[in-house]
Amino acid sequence: MRKITYREALREALREEMRRDSSVFLLGEDIGKYWGGAFKVTEGLAEEFGDERVRDTPISESTIIGTAIGAAITGMRPVAEIMFGDLTALAMDQIANQAAKIHYMFGGQAKCPIVIRTPFGAGVNIAAHHSQSLEAWFMHVPGLYVAVPSTPYDAKGLLKTAIRGSNPVMFCEHKLLYPLEGEVPEEDYTVPFGVADIKREGEDVTIVATLYMVHKALSAAEKLEKEGISVEVVDPRTLVPLDKQGIISSVKKTGRIVVVSEDCKTAGVTAEIAAIVAEEALDYLDAPIKRVAEPDTPIPFSPTLEQYVIPNEEAIIKAVKEIV
Amino acid sequence: MLQKMLEIRFFEEKVFELYAQNLVPGTIHLYAGEEAVAVGVCSNLRKDDYITSTHRGHGHCLAKGADPKRVMAEILGKKTGYCKGKGGSMHIADFSIGMLGATAVVGAGIPIAAGAGLSIKLRGTDQVVACFFGEGASNQGTFHEGINMAAIWNLPVIFVCENNLYAMGTRQSKVMKIENIADRAVAYGIPGVVVDGNDVSAVYKASHEAVERARRGEGPTLIECKTYRHKGHSRVDPARYRPKEEVEAWLSKDPIKRLKEKLLQTKMLTETEIAKIEKELSAKIDEAVKFAMESPYPAPEEALEDVYA
Repeated sequence: MRKITYREALREALREEMRRDSSVFLLGEDIGKYWGGAFKVTEGLAEEFGDERVRDTPISESTIIGTAIGAAITGMRPVAEIMFGDLTALAMDQIANQAAKIHYMFGGQAKCPIVIRTPFGAGVNIAAHHSQSLEAWFMHVPGLYVAVPSTPYDAKGLLKTAIRGSNPVMFCEHKLLYPLEGEVPEEDYTVPFGVADIKREGEDVTIVATLYMVHKALSAAEKLEKEGISVEVVDPRTLVPLDKQGIISSVKKTGRIVVVSEDCKTAGVTAEIAAIVAEEALDYLDAPIKRVAEPDTPIPFSPTLEQYVIPNEEAIIKAVKEIV
Repeated sequence: MLQKMLEIRFFEEKVFELYAQNLVPGTIHLYAGEEAVAVGVCSNLRKDDYITSTHRGHGHCLAKGADPKRVMAEILGKKTGYCKGKGGSMHIADFSIGMLGATAVVGAGIPIAAGAGLSIKLRGTDQVVACFFGEGASNQGTFHEGINMAAIWNLPVIFVCENNLYAMGTRQSKVMKIENIADRAVAYGIPGVVVDGNDVSAVYKASHEAVERARRGEGPTLIECKTYRHKGHSRVDPARYRPKEEVEAWLSKDPIKRLKEKLLQTKMLTETEIAKIEKELSAKIDEAVKFAMESPYPAPEEALEDVYA
């Protein structure tokens, strides 16, 4: 199968959906002809679809989302880009109080099919305002879906599902994943929400990881294999809806679980997944649940500091060895 | 227009009455006194045009053509309400008539209205959007962002600022250096108009021009309607911060009273005809109350429905 990058996979999904459905349009800061998006995901799309459907906006995050909502509830399917995930804070009222609640508080009258694409994640030395992993904020708001693709295949398939759906989706990308290559079929396909993917099968311990951490978990698993520890890596692919059964099935098999995420440990992604396993699968566990997450600090600038706080392969290996 | 204004007034009087009897859960923000704004603007709109509304939204709903029965039922938290009891007084919507919903976050409807305008532009129809908000909302960032976005893209939106002088209990002069919100239009390169918001003909005329302009694809207008709410901010508010003389002066400028006087003077209507209209509308609102009171509450477990579409 051909290989393309995560960035190209996202772009293909956008291009194909825009060709398929004239109600799909894009808006965001510098997504048009001159930049093609800060991470070049939308490069070339303005040339094909024009400035009307690939709209450069003012630096107005709140109104990028508000405008997307107004368009969505009147029949359009906007895909908004927020240049960095950290900046969703500027749009939080529109995301959490408006988009997420419109269907519910108006008694099901209106659908709000917006997709908010935004990159999270640290590792490129851009410090506290451009590096956070805030997926858990959105898990806490009923009415939003939260997608977390870790591969080009998942990125394309999940983005298509998001665009074709009827609900607001926080589409969380990771800035280190954009250049990553992977197999993506030429033909049309989608990846359903709420279905975890086993990225590697194993017997002794389950690692649940998302986004860039999936790749760190996979390389940790390689090393552990050489030491005789068989690791299963489960990627939920969407945090809302979360494939609880997929995670629990793996735990039933291995009896051990390490949950890995790049966001802060307190009240984060790992906390939620660990709580679910503790609540619903405790009887299958042969060892305590382990979590590997970012310590509760802002992301620092200096490479030595930044690398210290990002969960790494060694931390994953250590956590696994503590329970195996 | 007199009929619609009376319908809103009678409706709000009933809501107040029901509240006094402890029949309305939560809070209420009454539109009484500001009827000329919603009615003057919405009289220029077609059924397929859109509006966005605020926490003080009953009047906007009725002016756009919502059924008072279902509005009242929603306010009482009944299953037959527009939002099946999930929204309440501050979150009423009727998408079948283009009423895109009331948001209780001050200023949050402004970007959403711009988005509805963008949708119209992308779909290539000649619909328009009227976006209602108060003068308090004009201090929110969404006012700046939303009107700017609508301006740069020439979106068909009429931004209607209902300036009732007070944001809750805070007088306008305390929170802005300018007297006219409409002056802010200059910053976005769009027309800004100040009108007497208690004169329904003036509101009609100003919004007529803005609506026509928007339909022609010439972009948004900011209309500031100077008005006054007869009651306090919400149900708990006796509005002691408003000087007695000010309240009296504004009550004497009651938009309904003024319209009636005008209609009588110009012999468009007689006292008897007005009395007949009032009787009919009063009966219509009584019927709405009856419908709402007799409607069932939603089953508790319905709370879990409609989270996702």
